[in-house]
Parts: sequence; structure tokens; C-alpha cells
Amino acid sequence: MARIKDIISPFTAWKNVVKEPVTIKEPLKREAAPRYRGFHKNDVDTCIGCGTCESICQNAAIDMVPVEGIETKNGDSGLRPRIDYGRCCWCALCVDVCTTGSLSMSNHFKWVDSDPDVFRFIPGVDKKEWDDEPNGYKKPGPNYELYSKERVHMPELKPEERDKSFIEIVRGYSREQAIKEADRCVECGICVATCPAHMGIPEYIKAIRNDDLNEGLRILYDTNPLPEICGRICTHKCETVCSVGHQGDPLSIRWLKRYIADQQPAENYKQILETENISKNGKRVAIIGAGPAGLSAAHYLALMGYECTIFEKLPLPGGMMRYGIPEYRLPYDALDKDIDYIKSLGVEIRCNTTVGKDITLEELHNQYDAVFTGTGLHLGRSTRIPGTDHPHVYQAVDLLRDVTMGKEIPAAQSIVVIGGGNVAMDITRTLARIQNQRYGKVNIITTSLESENEMPADREEVVEAREEGATIIPGWGPVKIEIENNKIKGLHVVKCVSVFDENRRFNPKFDETQTDFFAGEMVVESIGQGMDLSYLPESIKDNLKLDSRGRIVVNDYFQSSVEWLFVGGDIIQGPDVIHGIANGHKAAIGIDRFLGGKK
Amino acid sequence: MKFSKLFKINEDRSLYPPLNSEGKVDIDLSSHKYVKLWHGPQHPGITGNMSLELTLLGDEIMDCETHVGYLHRGFEKLMERRKWIQCFPIVCRITVPEPDFNEYCFAAGVEELAGIEIPETAQWLRTLTLEMARLQSYLMWIGGQAGSLGMGIIGQWSNYCRDLVLDRFEELTGGRIYHMYIIPGGVRGLLPDGFEARMEETLKTIEEFMVDIDRVMFNNAVFKKRTVGMGYIDPKWIYQFGITGPNARAAGIPDDVRKKYPYLKYPELDFEPVVGKDSDIYTRADVRRRDLLLTVDLIRQILAKMPKDGDFKAPTPNVLHWKVPAGETFVRSECTRGEFAYYIVSDGSEYPRRINVRGPSYTHAVALLEKMIINTNLADVAGLMTSLHTYPPEIER
Repeated sequence: MARIKDIISPFTAWKNVVKEPVTIKEPLKREAAPRYRGFHKNDVDTCIGCGTCESICQNAAIDMVPVEGIETKNGDSGLRPRIDYGRCCWCALCVDVCTTGSLSMSNHFKWVDSDPDVFRFIPGVDKKEWDDEPNGYKKPGPNYELYSKERVHMPELKPEERDKSFIEIVRGYSREQAIKEADRCVECGICVATCPAHMGIPEYIKAIRNDDLNEGLRILYDTNPLPEICGRICTHKCETVCSVGHQGDPLSIRWLKRYIADQQPAENYKQILETENISKNGKRVAIIGAGPAGLSAAHYLALMGYECTIFEKLPLPGGMMRYGIPEYRLPYDALDKDIDYIKSLGVEIRCNTTVGKDITLEELHNQYDAVFTGTGLHLGRSTRIPGTDHPHVYQAVDLLRDVTMGKEIPAAQSIVVIGGGNVAMDITRTLARIQNQRYGKVNIITTSLESENEMPADREEVVEAREEGATIIPGWGPVKIEIENNKIKGLHVVKCVSVFDENRRFNPKFDETQTDFFAGEMVVESIGQGMDLSYLPESIKDNLKLDSRGRIVVNDYFQSSVEWLFVGGDIIQGPDVIHGIANGHKAAIGIDRFLGGKK
Repeated sequence: MKFSKLFKINEDRSLYPPLNSEGKVDIDLSSHKYVKLWHGPQHPGITGNMSLELTLLGDEIMDCETHVGYLHRGFEKLMERRKWIQCFPIVCRITVPEPDFNEYCFAAGVEELAGIEIPETAQWLRTLTLEMARLQSYLMWIGGQAGSLGMGIIGQWSNYCRDLVLDRFEELTGGRIYHMYIIPGGVRGLLPDGFEARMEETLKTIEEFMVDIDRVMFNNAVFKKRTVGMGYIDPKWIYQFGITGPNARAAGIPDDVRKKYPYLKYPELDFEPVVGKDSDIYTRADVRRRDLLLTVDLIRQILAKMPKDGDFKAPTPNVLHWKVPAGETFVRSECTRGEFAYYIVSDGSEYPRRINVRGPSYTHAVALLEKMIINTNLADVAGLMTSLHTYPPEIER
């Protein structure tokens, strides 16, 4: 119990009377720790307005708002996060989850103002005194991720397993792989705006996560009736803008789409998509060309009750998808699965029927209520350099078409391919396979004007072509084909220093002092394709409105100045399957408006 | 005259009304012999925190009903409306003065259900964080305990020391009060450069102040007279009422979750739970004082053994749509007031099905307080309440 010491010892507190106080006289001038979570900063130039910060905020303290001077464009919503400090709890999960790393926090902690509204502000736009402070909270790293930055590897045939055959290279995801890859999606939707067809990408990826592939298929078919095809050869513009790709690998959107379509048996499509009983409306639409645009238009028109007939010049439907893309990228059974389903909706496809020869456009106009034409780019373009008139100079599109038709195509022991796009890679790899089959080795040089980084071909195409033995030498301009004793010896080239001028117009510049010679007995040109509109009679051509470059002018619904004639696909928007599909869909809506009197 | 004779209260309880069969006193308020008095709420939030409805006879308490208030309420329901990761910034608010135990229990529960093993470095950092939380919580409490009995100087000293610990929290976690550092999967960063040296400096300062606090508070005749024998918790109540932590250990029950159900890196640390025997306010305060000093020692041990680098977070699924596998788990830890635990139920969706927080404050501040406060003096209520070391926001969740 209490002792005399217990009375005396408390008085030792008095020793502090003479001590210096520890109180900080001006606490607001105190420097916060470097890692302190102070007020937000945002690098608005790096930010893409993906809204992931908004979606993780449990207080709903972040709104994505438009900002003057920042335009919406591919890969950038044009919105920027606005923080409401009436709600923010400074947890900094928004910083951790930021896909571009643009969002951070200063260690500034003092902000006094009599106006409560100023505490709702757009970091980086509403200038603050802490904007340039180097300290503050940033996402800790490395190895601190709230979602995986690494793409799930796609199983593929090894080069030595594929370089002599046309077996499909990409094997497709398993269920576990697809769910794991789908898990990486942050559902920002930046991809949707960039996809020409505006597919519901986050939704179908969510369906994969939920293992609900029926729902996934329904979402795919909302905007794209060729998922098996697009799941393999789409130019996947969505992936180029994927927000996850800013700090890691972009989501494998194309392969995920393929996964959904691959898992669904064709016989279940009609039941899943509820298209077993479509009521007809008694109207008829003629479609010229069974490529992606024509098939897409036919699909959506058929769903609306129109009776559609497609007139296809070639023996089988598919257009450039069948006659331009090699089978190792797009096997015919996958192509046929999509096309057969469209046919099952009542769409008639008349192959080996050339409009302008077997049936005229006027006849189509008389027999049908509207006409859609999407005839594609089937003509090759030549460099027109000396020597291109030699019989052993070929066009890539012609050779690729012959391969599909089962013809034996010429393949010398040494070949030079001119071009840097996907078609150039397609013909390079096709010829490499044939060389391997015939001669047991590959000897192909593919050269392009564009440098390695500027080549329009997909990166994986270039890599895989090299793996298969082709030599890709970008950055050279063709000058002349060397011919001796009527035999091709090779291609003379000169160094290309730039392809585009300051306005991004095609205007190549060369360094004449740097030259080279690529030996080869055969030359293939793959520098672009042209359209054949000879089926359009003069009477219609006279009424068609063309732009300054001779292209057909269409409205938002791909309706030409001849109101019953709709035009879409490659001949309007260039060589790209997904653009063709989007055109066909929009044209179908336009035709319905036209025939339904809803102009 | 012996010093102890200076302070004497009448221990003859025959003047007070007898207890009925339910252990409650029969009170007739209309007799005007008794007074009803509200004690509290003890918080600037006024209506939003704990208060006591007291029935007094003179200045002695005849009956007490606790009102736990509505501050920080609804967390458990709130979490059912949040994705798993979105619960992470919420949980720390359940117990304001020591948020880290909530963060740990929530994170560990999610990890257990999801089958995630966190890296070694993260385990050490979590252990460090929990001990730092214990340290600053005790420092906050000791000021309250002394202040409630009239010794304001202790509060000034201990809050200064607590501020130093908060400085260390600030540099480690980026936050002073709500740290939000222990995230499902690991923690949010390694120790900053020079942290160990600054922490050692802080620990030394605390030890020096604890010597003074020992002299001024624990070796203080007034403090002893007002606490020794006061607020007795009968050891047989411990398991009846679910009393844990220092309140139980002061009654001679050596239960400490760190030892009894080892977690994180505690098995690799050398310590024994601090135990007392007299089970009164003084003993409880002394147990906490010694536990505080033990924590100082544990922090030194942790810093000596902790890896300097390495992964501090395990890979997790995408937190934006993390589906925690269906199941249930109960994760506990030893906080300054006793056993703290989360009972988590997942139905396999992106949202928790049910999260029940088992905090020690409910048992201590409601049922136990109502029982032990009877027949004490009005002036001792604050000291008695503080000796249970409860936090009202944790009661009403």
C-alpha cells in the first residue's frame, strides 16, 4: 500500500519545469514523411481517363469528368478524375490501381480555404501548389500489383512443327487459361470505343470470368457475327489501346473472343442466340460479295426479317478472309462455322456468280428492295519499277487466292517479297512453307520501305515469319529488278530514310548513297490492294457521288448517293475485317431505316 | 499515523439497498432518495458515443445501464455492400486508436479463404506494425487512465511519445492514424531508409518517459489509493463474460493470443505474457505498463530479425473483381484490449456474405462494466471505465 516514497516520487515531475518544451510551435510548417498520403496529383498527359480509380473508390469520391482542351480519342476517354475531399479517405487505392501510373499523391497536408467547393477538384488540371512536389505517395513497387500485368501465354506450335504445313499455329486457351487472362481486365471500356464494331468487350470478358459462355456468345453476336474469324485474325485495335498495356501486357482480347466461340458447338448457336424462329417481313435485299461486310450485313438483316441473297464471284464465301488469309492463321472449318450459321438464318449465298456478268446491278435493283455491295480489294498493286513486267513477278493477293483454290503456285528456290504489311507476311510465310516442302529449306527476303518499328504488319507476324526462316530486312526502297538472260537475279534497293512527311502523308525519302541487292529468282509484290468496280454500270456511276480521290461517298449508314445502293467494307474503309463487319452492321441498320421509311 | 490511514472510505454496505434475486437493486425513484444521472457521452461527437445511465444514492452508484452510442456504426453491413478490396480502407475505422489489428484480421481472413500465403518480409512487417500499434495505443490509454484520475501531466508525456510512434507510422505507411498498410496479400511497402535508427531513438525516448511515468503515476499515493482494490474483476468472471487481454491477465489468467494461438512471426520472438494477480485498476494499469515495455522489447527483436528486402506482397487475383472462394474463417489477434477477431463468411462472390467483428470492447464495456460499477463512487467512474480500455466505435459496428 501507499508508502512515504509514493508521496515524494510524484514530485520528480517538477524537474521538467526547466526543460525545453517539445511542442512544435508551427506544426503546419512541419515536413510530412516522403511517403505521406497527402493531396492528389495527376499527370493529365499520361492519364487516359480509364476510370479504374473511380471504380475502386469505395467512397465514390472520384468522378470522371470532361476537361476542356482534352479531346476524346482512341485510347483516351478524354475524361479525367475529379476528387471530392468531402468523401475521400486517403486510402490511395486509386493510386495503386491506376493503369498508367499517372495518379499519385503529394505529401502536402495543408490546405485552408473558406470555400468548400474548391475541395472538389481535378488534379493536374486545377493547378495546385503541390503539383510539382517530388515527395508523396506513389504506388509501391516493384512486385506490388493489384492485378496481373503479364499476359497468359497462348499455346502455339513451335516453328519446327509448323514451318512445313498449314496447320493452325495458335492452339487457343484452355478454360483455366482463359479465366486467368480474363481476370486481368479492369473493365475500363477504353477498348470499346476503339473497336470499329464497338463490341461489348468488358462484358464478354466478364462472361468468361463467370464461366457463362452462352452469355459471352450472345454479347459477341450483338455486334459481330464472325467471332470465330475475328477471334483469330482481327487486327485487334482494342489491344493497342488496352489500359492494362500501359504498364504491362495488354489484355489478349482477340484470343478471349476466340475462346468463347471455340467452346460453343455450332449446333447450339440458334438456341443460345434465340434465332430459331425469325419472322420474315417480306422484303428482299441483295448483297454483292460474301466477305466480312456482306456477311455481317446479311446476318443483321436476316435477324430483322429480311430475305437476303449474297452474290459471290468466287467458288466459296468468305472473300479475302478465305482467299487472302492463309489457313495456318484462319482454318477453313472456323471460317465455315461462322458462315454456316449465317446461312442457317435463311441467307442464300450464290457463289460463282459475278455481278456485272452473270447478273447486272440493274437487275438486282429491280428484283430486290435494296442492294449492299462490299466487294473488297482483290486487285494487287505494283511498284512499277523496271522489271515488274517479267512473268516471274507476282502479286501476293493472286498467289494467296491460288493457294486457297488448291492450285500449285510458283515458288522458286530464292524469292524476294516487297512489302511490310500483314499480306506481305502472309505471302512470305506461305511461300516459306512451300519452299520447305519442295526444297527442304527457306530462302526468302522480305523488304519494306518502313523501318522495323514502322512496319504495318502485326509484330507477331514479323516475329513468326523470322522464326519460320524468312529474312525480314525493313527500311529499303525497291529500285529495279535485275534481269539477266530473261531470268530474275534479284532486287536492287536503296536506303529509305523516311516514309511519311511531317503531315503523315506517304512521301518516302531515300539516301541514294546507300544501296543493296537482294538476290532472288522470283519477286512478289505486296504493297497494297485495289478495288474492281467494273460491275457498276455507267448509268449508276454517273449518279454516284465520289470524293476528290475517286472514292464512293456514303453517309453514316453507308448509303450512297444512289439511295437503294449501300456500299461498305474494304472499298470504303480499307483492308480490315473488323471495319468490314462494323460497316455491314451499320449498313443493315441503314437499309432497315431506308426500307422502313425511317430516313 | 500511517499514511494509508489518511484515505478511508466506509466499507459498511448495510446502508445500501439489498440486491434482489436477479442481482439488481430494487430502486424506487419516486422516493426521491435516488438520482438518475447521465454520465457521458465521452466524445465531442456528443450524441454519438458511449454514455452511462446511472442511478445514484448520494454519490454512489446503485445501478448502471450502458448506452453504446451510434458513432462509426454499421461497418459490418457496409462491408456486405463493398467488394472485398473496398472493405480494406473501411476496417481500420472500426477501432480508431489501433486500426492495424482490424487490417490484419481482415487481410489474414481473406488470405486464408483464398489460399494465399504472404511473403516472409510481409509477415515481419505486419508483426512490426501490430506491435507499433500496440505501443501507441497503450501510450494513448495511459494518458487517459492517469487523466481520468487527475494526473494531466501523464497525458502530455504519453501523447508526446505516441506522436513519435505516429511519426514512424507516417514514414512507414504514409498515414498517421489510419494506416491502411496491411492489404490482403501483404503490405504496401518496405521499411524506408534509416527507419530502424529512428525507431530506436523513439523507443529510447519512450523508455525514458516510462521511468518518469512510473514515478509520477504508479508510485503515487493518490493513484494507489484510488485504484488499489478498486474495480475488481473476479477471475471467475473471465470466461463467463468473455474477458480477454490485460483485463484477464491482471486477474492471473495468462491468456495472450500471441502465445496461445501463435500467428505471424510471434513464435520466433522471445517473450512471455505479462500477468498480474490482484485484478484491480492498479494491477490492470501495471500489466499494461509492463506490456508496453514488452512491446518496446519486441519491436527491437523484430527489427533485428527482419529481412531488409524481398517481396512484400503475394500475387492476388485482380482486386477489382476478386471472388473469394466460398467458406468461412475466424482470424484473431491480440490487441491492447484483448482478443480481436474477424469471423468472415464468403459465398464465393465478389462481395463478403458476412463479416462479424469480435472486438473485446463489447464484452468489457457493456456487460462487465454494468456489473462492476455498482457501489463505486461517481468520481471513480471515469477511472474505472478507462481501466477496462474500451473503444465505443468498436462496440457499435
